[in-house]
Amino acid sequence: MSQVTQTETKAPLPLPEGVRGFASDWASDQRTFKNVSWGKAMMWIFLLSDTFVFGCFLLAYMTARMSTPVAWPNPSEVFALNIGGQEVPLILIAIMTFVLISSSGTMAMAVNYGYRRDRRKTAILMLLTALFGVMFVGMQAFEWTKLITEGVRPWENPWGAAQFGSTFFMITGFHGTHVTIGVIFLVIIARKVWRGDFDTEKRGFFTSRKGHYEIVEITGLYWHFVDLVWVFIFAFFYLW
Amino acid sequence: MTQPSTNTTGPAIHNEAHQEHPIKLYLVVWGLLFVLSICSYMVDYIGIHGYLRWSLILLFMVLKAGLIVAIFMHMAWERLALLYAVLLPPILVLVFVAMMVSEAHYVLFSRLTFFGTGP
Repeated sequence: MSQVTQTETKAPLPLPEGVRGFASDWASDQRTFKNVSWGKAMMWIFLLSDTFVFGCFLLAYMTARMSTPVAWPNPSEVFALNIGGQEVPLILIAIMTFVLISSSGTMAMAVNYGYRRDRRKTAILMLLTALFGVMFVGMQAFEWTKLITEGVRPWENPWGAAQFGSTFFMITGFHGTHVTIGVIFLVIIARKVWRGDFDTEKRGFFTSRKGHYEIVEITGLYWHFVDLVWVFIFAFFYLW
Repeated sequence: MTQPSTNTTGPAIHNEAHQEHPIKLYLVVWGLLFVLSICSYMVDYIGIHGYLRWSLILLFMVLKAGLIVAIFMHMAWERLALLYAVLLPPILVLVFVAMMVSEAHYVLFSRLTFFGTGP
């Protein structure tokens, strides 16, 4: 996309703003997303498709919960932890939420330092983000272990509607997989940042394309999306 | 809000906008997300029930999601062409929700009618 033959030496025409800009961008018979690189646009479109995947999971959960006459287990009690002889409702899930939000914060700052070409800070913040991600997955593994030892299975559980287990494992499992993939993605890009690939515009091993700091923002888009999905899971599955 | 500065070194005709904003903005949003998360946790901790619970959960959820998409994912600074392409299609999921609500009611009705209080 970046191999553009420049036939015009003047500055580009200004793009119209607002709704007029929306109409002219889509009707231009050229690239639609004018100031967005193909990499970023593709990540957004992938995230849109992923939105539908998680949307369908949450819909399936809603349908299962609404169509059963058996009482749904109370998530507030199911996910309570015994701390100092006291049952604290939903505390692990709250901590997981804070960890994931913190990881989003460090990621946003990594993107910022990336565009400032601060190699060291970008890499450290990305690794910190990955560390938060690992913490999240670790706590999720703890939660799964706890529930499985208490007798939760995809087909039964000790507290109520049998559909609880299957929706729980499906939704949190799929989200945890996304977090794990995100951590791997972060570590790979952080390594490249640390090595200075984007300062020397080193060509990628697989794509042979020149690397840019924009990949940090694209990684960030994916990571924030994982956080975004958790916001919806937290609201609908754990709090509802 | 500051406008994203454009990359002046690239060869592309329409230069791709780089998202550069002050770090403080991210810290403020981070803080807001923490506060909103505490609020939604308190809804459960205090034990609010009924319509108030559901509307509070939805309110905090929408505010958190909005902050993440608008600031962290920089959607607030993108052109409308991308914003509409990404944010409008998920609204169609609500149509699906309406269909499945009606379906779930029907399934519940059949279960109660033909199986008593079965599965």
